[in-house]
Amino acid sequence: MAITTVATFGVERVEVMDPEGVVDEALMPDLSPERITELYGWMVLTRRFDERMLKLQRQGRLGTFARVTGQEGAHVPAAFALHDEDWMVPAFREAGAFLVRGVKMEDFLQYWGGDERGNLIPEGVRMLPTAIPVGTHMLHAVGIGWALKRRGEKAAVLTSFGEGATSEGDFSEAMNFAGVFQAPVVFFCQNNQWAISLPYYRQTAACTVAQKAVGYGIPGVQVDGNDVFAVYRTVAEALERACGGGGPSLIEAVTYRVTDHTTSDDARRYRAEEEVATWKARDPIERLAKFMKKRGLLDDAGEAAVASDADQRVAQAVAAFEAVDAPNPDEIFEHVFAELTAPLAEQREALRRRLAKEA
Amino acid sequence: MARLNLVEAIDQALLQEMERDADVIVLGEDVGRDGGVFRVTDGLVERFGEERVIDTPLAESGIVGMAIGMAISGFRPVAEIQFSGFVYPAYDQLVSHASRMRTRSRGRFTVPLVVRMPYGGGIRALEHHSESMEAAFAHVPGLKVVIPADPYEAKGLLTAAIRDPDPVVFFEPARVYRAIKMDVPEEQYEIPLGVARVVREGRDITVIAWGAQVRVAREAAERLAAENRADVEVIDLRTLSPLDSATLVASVEKTGRALVVHEAPRSGGFGAEVSAQLMERAILHLQAPVRRVTGFDTIPPLSKLEDYYQPDADRVVDEIVGIMEF
Ligand SMILES: Cc1ncc(C[n+]2csc(CCOP(=O)(O)OP(=O)(O)O)c2C)c(N)n1
Repeated sequence: MAITTVATFGVERVEVMDPEGVVDEALMPDLSPERITELYGWMVLTRRFDERMLKLQRQGRLGTFARVTGQEGAHVPAAFALHDEDWMVPAFREAGAFLVRGVKMEDFLQYWGGDERGNLIPEGVRMLPTAIPVGTHMLHAVGIGWALKRRGEKAAVLTSFGEGATSEGDFSEAMNFAGVFQAPVVFFCQNNQWAISLPYYRQTAACTVAQKAVGYGIPGVQVDGNDVFAVYRTVAEALERACGGGGPSLIEAVTYRVTDHTTSDDARRYRAEEEVATWKARDPIERLAKFMKKRGLLDDAGEAAVASDADQRVAQAVAAFEAVDAPNPDEIFEHVFAELTAPLAEQREALRRRLAKEA
Repeated sequence: MARLNLVEAIDQALLQEMERDADVIVLGEDVGRDGGVFRVTDGLVERFGEERVIDTPLAESGIVGMAIGMAISGFRPVAEIQFSGFVYPAYDQLVSHASRMRTRSRGRFTVPLVVRMPYGGGIRALEHHSESMEAAFAHVPGLKVVIPADPYEAKGLLTAAIRDPDPVVFFEPARVYRAIKMDVPEEQYEIPLGVARVVREGRDITVIAWGAQVRVAREAAERLAAENRADVEVIDLRTLSPLDSATLVASVEKTGRALVVHEAPRSGGFGAEVSAQLMERAILHLQAPVRRVTGFDTIPPLSKLEDYYQPDADRVVDEIVGIMEF
């Protein structure tokens, strides 16, 4: 008898662009200058939108929400790598992905402003709404992936989540099901290193999220999540493999939550300002801008123009959001079931009577 | 005696019970360094260290499942679920294990566990942060379900819950957390589980509520009293399981009328159980059907429509008047 090694595993990390915007040409994804400019525009729009949302929240015009500033280098290129026929199954910290996929900013504001009508994803956009229960939505991605495969559609599903979500049992079930059924799913983890007050190493004893793929027999890879080219390249590859029948994979994009967890949180209670400052200096948008300037795709004037264009679009969206009439209380009973049931009809009638009496 | 809000009263109950009993352990998401997202466990990790105030990974089934094992081993875990809307991954642990361990093992293994969680609406929250699903827990044999209405109640009920030999689900009305301050004795005290409280005495009708709705019921009662329209008795159920039907029956024998107020969905809500108990035990004293003011059989709407869903004093007054005129 003997002790032998029956399997060995390694975990790769992909980096394409350094903090100064210098890229490794051999690793550059296939992106035209126009597409790079477009990607940059989405990232700036996402940042400006997030900043404006914070102001609206502070003025009481939006409820609690999770900011995305600093994570545009992760979820924006991931969504940008999707084709229209692909699906996205998001968590709650992917504002930029919603915009890239075709959700209107005013609708997004409406939802976070406490009006569920804003949750209506436009017809034709293959994206599920925000999922607030952490870690429970990835299984839906597996089911959607299974359906795509069964129908012979050449498309894949990208599902995104934080590293905290990988602690939930449903994460393991989703990875396992995807592996067993070879579902065309890309598990995209924005590892921003904090799940509210818990740092990464308190969430798991594994030194990477990527290695969790090993246990389910699917490929896992880590990328610099503030490097748009590394993210784009890796996601595009994973989608292509999935579409071609190559099965699921896991991508860990290492980034950082430079903001509070949500607008109700105060991160100073549990983490050092220096750590935040270090990561602020690794801003993904600035990194891409440096690259573009070196390539002549952007200059200072262009940078300002992109920003002011984004501000204008955000301002228009805010105006549209504010012009929306208050929802009719009847909305409460809409869409509970395909048809209004008798108990619901009775309850709606009681509410109507009450409101008529008050009026 | 200090004036405390509900958050502070629970924090104090935890602190004092942890001082008294070294086996009491607090665990959950963000309960340590952060002191809980509502600050309910503020200061505990500084006082008792990370061995007794445990920040867990983000997994509710993990939290409750592990706490069951701790409880079987003689500890007294108090698990926090960040919001009751996120307890469902742990529902299996509660239904299939915590609630049944004593029975299944014929008393050999027991689960003296408390699962605390904020619940209920009225806080203008995101999706999944306003539900009121207490009936789904009260329906589980072997689980006790406790809901305090104010800071004084919270301290005494939580202390009793921790000392209880069986699993207790402890719902904290998020809307009350910081809404009121009241005198709370510095020393420890217990409010026994399974005993309802007559909050306000009255002759004409019994209004039964729990959690945040006790204040709503009271406001309606005061208004009707001020207008000399009805003398309302208000009962705070405190414990849904076990239910103190004796107190309810005694009250209804006196008043002859009853109304239940809850913010949970109407159909299959705990009001139905209360109503059935009164039907079985006090029908000959009832001068009118037992009625309910409740939420709808829908997801609680987001903030823009939330007020239409939540019971309020106007609705309670109207319903009382309707019953009085029956
Ligand atoms: C099942 C569940 N448990 C708890 C929460 C409360 N909660 C919201 S976000 C969060 C942390 C999430 O961390 P992570 O998955 O890393 O995502 P991030 O917020 O860092 O983007 C928690 C605990 C929740 N929404 N759902």
